[in-house]
Amino acid sequence: MTTTAESVAEQRRSDVHLSYLRPHKKFPNLWCPGCGNGIVMSSLVRAIDKLGLPRDEVALVSGIGCSSRMPVYLDFQALHTTHGRALAFATGVKFARPDLKVIVITGDGDALSIGGNHLIHACRRNIDITTILINNYIYGMTGGQVSPTTPSGAYATTTPFGNTEKHFEPCDLAKGAGATFVARTTVYHTPQMDRVLADAIAHHGFSFVEVLSNCHTYFGRLNRLGSATALLQMFKEKTTSVGKTEESANGKIPIGVLHRDLETTELCDEYQKIVDSLSKGKQG
Amino acid sequence: MSRPKRQLMMGNQACVQGALRAGLRFYAGYPITPSTEVTEGCARELPKTGGRFLQMEDEIGAISAVVGASVAGVKAMTATSGPGYSLMVENIGYAYMIEAPCVIVNVQRGGPSTGLPTKTSQSDTMQTRWGPHGDYTAIAVAPSTVADTVTETIRAFNLAERFRTPVTILLDEVIGHMQEMISLPEPGEYQVVDRVKPTCPPEEYEPYGSTDNFVNPMPAYGDGYRWYATGLTHDAMGFPTNRPDEIVVNLDKLRRKIEDFRDEICKVRADWMDDAEFALVSYGSVSRTALLATKLAREAGVKVGCLQLQTVWPFPLAQLRELLQDCTAVIVAELNMGQIVREVERVAPPQARVHSLLRYDGEILTPIQFLEKIEEVRS
Ligand code: SF4
Repeated sequence: MTTTAESVAEQRRSDVHLSYLRPHKKFPNLWCPGCGNGIVMSSLVRAIDKLGLPRDEVALVSGIGCSSRMPVYLDFQALHTTHGRALAFATGVKFARPDLKVIVITGDGDALSIGGNHLIHACRRNIDITTILINNYIYGMTGGQVSPTTPSGAYATTTPFGNTEKHFEPCDLAKGAGATFVARTTVYHTPQMDRVLADAIAHHGFSFVEVLSNCHTYFGRLNRLGSATALLQMFKEKTTSVGKTEESANGKIPIGVLHRDLETTELCDEYQKIVDSLSKGKQG
Repeated sequence: MSRPKRQLMMGNQACVQGALRAGLRFYAGYPITPSTEVTEGCARELPKTGGRFLQMEDEIGAISAVVGASVAGVKAMTATSGPGYSLMVENIGYAYMIEAPCVIVNVQRGGPSTGLPTKTSQSDTMQTRWGPHGDYTAIAVAPSTVADTVTETIRAFNLAERFRTPVTILLDEVIGHMQEMISLPEPGEYQVVDRVKPTCPPEEYEPYGSTDNFVNPMPAYGDGYRWYATGLTHDAMGFPTNRPDEIVVNLDKLRRKIEDFRDEICKVRADWMDDAEFALVSYGSVSRTALLATKLAREAGVKVGCLQLQTVWPFPLAQLRELLQDCTAVIVAELNMGQIVREVERVAPPQARVHSLLRYDGEILTPIQFLEKIEEVRS
């Protein structure tokens, strides 16, 4: 039973979501029912709404994959680019127009395999872009092939006998490459995701958020992990809040803000200093 | 105002000067011989004019950043050479598809693969036309002198903005690195074209809707239009489509916006063509030698004319058909194994035989080679 207050609150929440959907776009979306991508999309909308960002100043850039289809549904300036290149395009958008809030939506195959080089260099530059990497451990759009985050031993259509490779830890990679805000969350933990995404977008510098998400259609089915809800349940059980001691974490995956560096200078700011000093020199 | 001073400059530097005059605000590049001076020049000059320069992690990143900057609302360019161009084709194709104006400079060296980094070539002529997969129509210009490089670079930007498309400047190692005395044009001495912006209210804006000239107004990011661009085949709103009728509209638009306006794009320089029996057809650095050879042949009493393709793509079909109509022989000279010659064969009049004068050993064609070829054709 929901109380009136709860249903009013629910109504208001859904109105926020509706108001951010593209007016001309035909729905339903192309994702499988229950896909985690939709959960991330609604969380992103709440984060942007909470920050009160003017709609015209937000630019979404994505690559190729299921998650990269997100910007077509949201009423922002949007660039759906080529496989792996979203961060390189986004770097051009942001560096040319530092006044914009640039948010990249990408997946594990897009950002870590074909786009790995662009990812580490965007981290290194500490350019003020927020990257949301939706990690579902598999290539969904092309039908379930192994990705750089697929665990060793796991099944995919291209690892029919189990994955013989090691996987990347996306957050470790981003931190090691120089990202100044790194966080991990899951599609089970939506209140946390709302907070983490808002913090990431508000961060001045390169912010990286890995969202563990369910591709029940391929990863779940090929590895006999069950339905979408079973995968959400798994994210609940296998994760723990960041900051636990190794013992109390008990092998669970830490979620929350893993790294925050407020000292390192941001790329566009540094370049602007050069532009300003050169124009001063000209006047002088 | 005093006469602008004449200065010694190499083609790659002239390209930078042309780009700045055309309104360049963003450059992203990656070092590669023999184009690096364009990148270095932009690194030095752009911040002085409030523009922005980035050295990206690779050429794929460079062209991607350029397209990102372009859709965000500024004029953008990159420069590279064959191997880098090969890496860029993926997102040059993307720029064709989303119709992002931008300029790509290809200072050609020998290929295939890493080929001849420090030697000249024109072997990317066809790659410029057909590099990215799929159907589209390309625009490419080919300067033949350092002074030309300034004006053709400005023209490349203007064409990119007018037609909302990538435009390639085909330089080669010779023009890129050759020093000549030039005087740079002053503001007012050249025309600068900017993309048309929409004036309709945002709710009525169709980023890829039908227009008279197949080109749509293009807002900058932040202007309130919040449009969507995708490399997927799209409908009038820019949304992905699989509908056969919408697919055809999308692809026809990419072709017709250029094909139907060839007269605005195609530029051919004709010297001594009025009574010419023989025509030399060339582009880029080869045209310099062709012009000298024409003069020498004329002095010897041979009726030779010289045609320089300042626009290589779209191929100037109509102009060449008309200019070549009375010729009995055509010699097409290029620094490759014969690429543009097939286009010339398609427009040569029935009475004219088309010959190739080719060189692909990294060296330039000499006037002697031209004169010998003319003798061979005459006998
Ligand atoms: S294939 Fe997987 S990732 Fe793609 S929409 Fe379906 S559930 Fe989501």
